[in-house]
Amino acid sequence: MKWERVHKMYEELISNLELPEKIKEDMSKSFEIYKPTKSQAKKIIDRIVNTYKKMLYEPGEAIGVIAAQSISEPATQMTMRTYHVAGAAAKQVSLGLPRLIEIVDARREPTTPMMEIYMKKEFNTKEDAAKVAKKIKETKLKNIVLEDVIDLVNSEVELKIDINYLNNLDMNMESLKKTLKKYIKNYDITTEDTTVKITSKKETTIRELQKLKLKIFDISLRGIRGITQTIVTKKGNEWMIITLGSNIKKVLGIKELDPTRIYSNNISEVEKLFGIEAARNVIISESSKTLADQGLDVDPRHLILVGDTMTMDGTIKAIGRYGVSGEKRSVLARANFETTVKHLTDAAVEGEVDRLDSIIENVLINQVAPIGTAMCDLVFKPKTSKEK
Amino acid sequence: MYKRIAAINFGLLSPKVIKKMATVEITRYDLYDKDGYPVEGGVMDPRLGVVDPGLRCRVCGGGVGTCLGHFGYLELARPVIHVSHVKTIYKILRSTCEKCGRVLETPEELKKSDNPLYDLYVAKKTKCPHCGAKQRKIKLQKPYTFTIDDKPLTPLEIREWFERIPDEDLKLLNIKGGRPEWLIITLLPIPPVTVRPSITLETGERSEDDLTHKLVDIVRINQRLKDNISIGAPDFIIDDLWELLQYHVATYFDNNLSGVPQARHRSGRALRTLAQRLKGKEGRFRNNLSGKRVNFSSRTVISPDPMISINEVGVPEVVAKELTVPIKVNKRNISFLKSIIKKGPNAIDGANYVIRPDGRKKKITEENKNEIAEEIDIGYSVERHLKDGDIVVFNRQPSLHRMSMMAHKVRLTPWRTFTLNLCVCAPYNADFDGDEMNLHVPQTEEAQTEAKRLMLVENHIRSPRFGGPLIGCIQDHISGNYLLTKKETKIKKEDAIQILQNIGIEADVTRDLTGKELFSYLLPKDLNMEFKSNACIGCEKCDKEKCPYDYYVVIRNGELKNGVIDSKAIGREKGLIVDLIEKKYGSSKAREFLDRVSKLGINFLSRHGFTIGLSDVEVPAEAKRKIKKAVEESERECGILIKNYEKGEVKQIPGQTIKESLETHILKTLRKVLDKASDIIEENIKENCAVVMAKSGARGSMLNLTQLAGCIGQQTTQGERINRGYKMRTLPHFKRGELSPDAHGFVPSSFKDGLNPFEFFFNAMNGREGLMDKSLRTRKSGYMERRLVNALQDLKVEYDGTVRDDRGVIVQFTPGEDKIDPSKSEWGGINIDRIIEDEMGKGA
Repeated sequence: MKWERVHKMYEELISNLELPEKIKEDMSKSFEIYKPTKSQAKKIIDRIVNTYKKMLYEPGEAIGVIAAQSISEPATQMTMRTYHVAGAAAKQVSLGLPRLIEIVDARREPTTPMMEIYMKKEFNTKEDAAKVAKKIKETKLKNIVLEDVIDLVNSEVELKIDINYLNNLDMNMESLKKTLKKYIKNYDITTEDTTVKITSKKETTIRELQKLKLKIFDISLRGIRGITQTIVTKKGNEWMIITLGSNIKKVLGIKELDPTRIYSNNISEVEKLFGIEAARNVIISESSKTLADQGLDVDPRHLILVGDTMTMDGTIKAIGRYGVSGEKRSVLARANFETTVKHLTDAAVEGEVDRLDSIIENVLINQVAPIGTAMCDLVFKPKTSKEK
Repeated sequence: MYKRIAAINFGLLSPKVIKKMATVEITRYDLYDKDGYPVEGGVMDPRLGVVDPGLRCRVCGGGVGTCLGHFGYLELARPVIHVSHVKTIYKILRSTCEKCGRVLETPEELKKSDNPLYDLYVAKKTKCPHCGAKQRKIKLQKPYTFTIDDKPLTPLEIREWFERIPDEDLKLLNIKGGRPEWLIITLLPIPPVTVRPSITLETGERSEDDLTHKLVDIVRINQRLKDNISIGAPDFIIDDLWELLQYHVATYFDNNLSGVPQARHRSGRALRTLAQRLKGKEGRFRNNLSGKRVNFSSRTVISPDPMISINEVGVPEVVAKELTVPIKVNKRNISFLKSIIKKGPNAIDGANYVIRPDGRKKKITEENKNEIAEEIDIGYSVERHLKDGDIVVFNRQPSLHRMSMMAHKVRLTPWRTFTLNLCVCAPYNADFDGDEMNLHVPQTEEAQTEAKRLMLVENHIRSPRFGGPLIGCIQDHISGNYLLTKKETKIKKEDAIQILQNIGIEADVTRDLTGKELFSYLLPKDLNMEFKSNACIGCEKCDKEKCPYDYYVVIRNGELKNGVIDSKAIGREKGLIVDLIEKKYGSSKAREFLDRVSKLGINFLSRHGFTIGLSDVEVPAEAKRKIKKAVEESERECGILIKNYEKGEVKQIPGQTIKESLETHILKTLRKVLDKASDIIEENIKENCAVVMAKSGARGSMLNLTQLAGCIGQQTTQGERINRGYKMRTLPHFKRGELSPDAHGFVPSSFKDGLNPFEFFFNAMNGREGLMDKSLRTRKSGYMERRLVNALQDLKVEYDGTVRDDRGVIVQFTPGEDKIDPSKSEWGGINIDRIIEDEMGKGA
């Protein structure tokens, strides 16, 4: 009983403070461990509030430049190696500087798209996870072909099928034939034993047969489009599936999976499906993961600022000529960055006015830039000697 | 009071304006007459401005520097297209009616559209909605020829067409800078000679600027065209000349057009015309406007000086005599300034110039110094030499973060290099293998105070990147303190007094001290903390104070009770003691601590003795044997893997081919050897200087030692075993298709034992890849930094606590989601536990 009272006392002391939620949470957690008395607790809270107030950003702080420098200064120390083999799981992820540049560039498609999928509570077993993993992995025809022959005389393509593999996919030659028929017309399809013969109804060239072969090789037999690899692992006491290739939309419909916790590193896909806020969170988590992987210590606040800038107006904008920098209001700022002449000539035709309210233009014309200690101005205007 | 530019308008110049702002009409293409005087009406007409010193401008009466030059103009015989506007011209041609000039869409229709400009420019119309005229097909033949239904459309015709476009329709096209017909050049402004000064070589020969050459070409062709028109030459000749004129005008604006041969100088060098002057890294914008050359700066080689504070920089006296600080004369300082002037320009702490109230500068010389000293009065300024305690800004390139430019206090030295404390090597990323650094002297009181308050080194101990101390002790500082604070270290009374004296602490020492006691002299008296040191090996159960290795640091009331001081305590990017002192007692106390602790380390180390040599990487024969066994065993394992592979029994890794799986397995096996060897070395090597450095985190690592003493391990290129080289093999010493570790870059030797030729070769491959990687990386990350800074530079925290860009658009309502500035935080947050422990006295 007594403990409950103490607990309540802490709650009352903490809940009304004007502090970020995170700090409040940490405080109550620590209080529970150290159990200070009421007078001690008050003193502690006073000190924490004071410390917090001293840590606040000051007006005029060039927060953007600091964030940019804090990210790119350690980037000089990153490795360029794109691939790295993480143990036997053979998880191949693009990382290091190339990945960071990819995020900042807002590329449509990451070089190594990936998903992390968690199982629903009732399916949290290795077997279920393995079953789903098998189900969603995309198998293309080329994965089950053992041998392929192009027979020019009969103008046909002959494929020898790995029958075990095929049966593994719950398919047989008959169903394979059916699937193939959906995709190709003007050809006869015959199956016998473990071979499939695709014969042209009319005379063809070797080139066309080659094209045909490549086309049917790409036919998806089972699984979800784009998912080339699945790996089942355990995180804590939960089974999860890591996939290479990303296709959130399709995965959402699978009943064994927890739809609330699917994670993908494909930023534009996330944006399309879950909106800009989700995309912002992916930008932040992906960039911080990339930096943390390299053992670089960067405060998340800097990455948050980059994420916010890129998603500020509701669409994902790249950091660079075709994104944030290219959309600046100031002509001189744009001209100073890249494609100088174009920005100047277009500004002339459109009769643009540069109001000189950002940093770089004022640097260009030798004026004090309105940032930091120069952000404020005197209201009082001293009279010049003539006016006196 | 400064005049401020409020805004800059961009627009097009009309022929009328061009004529109005011009002082001369250019009519002749010769530059100078027989006597070497510039020809009137030529491109170098004296009325275009003055470039020769001593001469006065005939138009405005100014000399060099005061006369900015005056424009001229050239009347083109036939109009030409402005190449930089070709795309705009094309757009206008496609979106207006060729007959009535109206926009090919009714305003009502455009109002409905989401993207009116897109509709106008891209959507094709075949009939004008206003006059009903049929629209012919317009094509742009790059670079600057237009055709209408495959017949050429001359600039003359385009100009007439554009003249028909009514003003209100221009708004629809988003043309607000002027009339579209001004995009077709009829009058060419001739820039003043100050823009294109000619250079006189030593031989007396004149060498003209590239722009002048180009202008001469234009004027000459224009003249020929004019003559041919007036004599009624056949059309094809006129068209040819017209085309040539177009070419010259085009390359005058941009000499890097695709599909146009570059205009060349006589020597064959491509001319640098207007666009080239502005563009790119060496262009006006990035080279002259974003970054400018400055006075009152200096650059020289740097060297270390452990005895000065981290806040200071050693400046050679020769440099101090050149760099000056202006001091305004007032009642109180006039006698002092007079004394300084009397010392003259050659004495230390003298003065170089006085500035009279009218702004004129007078140089102080040995001859006139007394005279000037008498002359000065209130209203004068004196440019005195740099002296001890002045604030200067110190910088090393590449300036990757704000800590690359910090303010220091001057310390005059008799030497020839800038000297700096070793602790500030980290933020500058400096070493002393020939590095040079720059020094700038702020000239106004405002600048000096800002530098002192905001940029002083001690204010940058904590990095904004991660909220921990970026400045800390390095190398010998750490080794020294590590050895000093080891359990068994004892210091004699005399030595202790001497050391304390050296590091600037006055204390009564009455007895012999332990190393820990000596170290405690540096700590504030109410400092309490506990942490694991860098050397901590991470036992499963931590005994805390009773750590058998003395790796658990305990400080109670400013006494080091337990543990060794190493990089975790005072090193850069870790330094927990530095961190706490900075937070609790402020940055100047932290600076003092750093100054002292680094001196302490060095002082102790020079008494103790510290060196490394070949004997440091010697290990007992027993250990060697163990490593050899481990290597052999893993090689055997690989042999089995290879045999299995040949039999086709390798466990396949999903997503990899069988061959790739084998490689992965082998690589994994061979990586383990290095770990094993590392463990063996660590167990068997006796504690010598090299090990001290590795353990304390001063320099080097256990891996380095392993490679020296035990085994180098697998060499890789692009994350794989070495597979490149000859057909099916890496070197001709091996059989084709051999998969053994030796044949693919596994090096079982150590650096001490030496490498055989192919081991050496593989090692070199590894090294070379590292070099390539590094140079590629710096370039890529450099560009990324430029882009990031450019995109984010306008973001700032406003008075209302929001983050906004230059337009005032809010990017974040609470900066960083909790308003905490990481450069003031403790590793990105508040250390609540520390405050609680401190308040509850648990730490005591």
